[in-house]
Amino acid sequence: MTPGALVFWLLALLVTGSAAYVALTRNVVRAAFALFATFFGVAGLYAWLGADFLFGVQLIVYAGGILVLLLFGVMLTRHSTEMLIPGTPVRWVPAALISLGLAGLLLAVVLGSRWLVAEPVPPPTPTTHDIGRLLLSRFVLPFEVASIVLLAVMVGAAVIARRAPVDRS
Amino acid sequence: MTIGLTHFLVLSALLLAIGLFTILTQRNAIRILFGVEMILNAAALNFAAASRYGGTGPGGQVVSLFIIVLAAAESVVALAIVLAIFRARRDIAVDTLDELKG
Repeated sequence: MTPGALVFWLLALLVTGSAAYVALTRNVVRAAFALFATFFGVAGLYAWLGADFLFGVQLIVYAGGILVLLLFGVMLTRHSTEMLIPGTPVRWVPAALISLGLAGLLLAVVLGSRWLVAEPVPPPTPTTHDIGRLLLSRFVLPFEVASIVLLAVMVGAAVIARRAPVDRS
Repeated sequence: MTIGLTHFLVLSALLLAIGLFTILTQRNAIRILFGVEMILNAAALNFAAASRYGGTGPGGQVVSLFIIVLAAAESVVALAIVLAIFRARRDIAVDTLDELKG
């Protein structure tokens, strides 16, 4: 096995192992940190693919932004009273059947199709410059719409999560 | 064995299945968000792999960038909603949040 293939298998193991830990552990904080490991594994896979800019963005935005936000959420909601009382029993078996069924369907499609890959696969090149050009040429509309979405999300989240205005007249 | 596109597609499919399992089996609303983030990561990984093995430039990586942006936006809003619910009801177990009337 080449060193490159070995690195891929280790990253794949990290991603699936930590994802399974997120799904199965009972402790929320441990699940959040295992998700951290999943994001790191995916970032490593981006680097393996030669997507250097995406690797940086994944670490900065996903691991350093979204995960920190989720950890804040975990921290602020730790004393949920209902979570201490066992509720309806978790339906593991139907959930596992649905997940396995979906995975089986996807695997059947993926392994049974003839994918049109470039032969030979071109060597990875630095992508930042090309991504920048694409964002301002071919993807300029999604780029501008994304900035509107971010503005709407910032305003909306601030409105939703604010304390109710105290107006006892 | 050379690692090809199908390896990445299989990995993404597994990550999607694990994320779906997380969404279906967790009571904590925040852990459901963990599952959603896993599914989004699987999709973004798919696009990046297709971009590399397709050989026509980093277009798929731009789509992965947009997926990351939208995942950030969606997790902000979802967390704001969870916090608002927690402030009102002191409870984030989704099986007890079954009435629209606050």
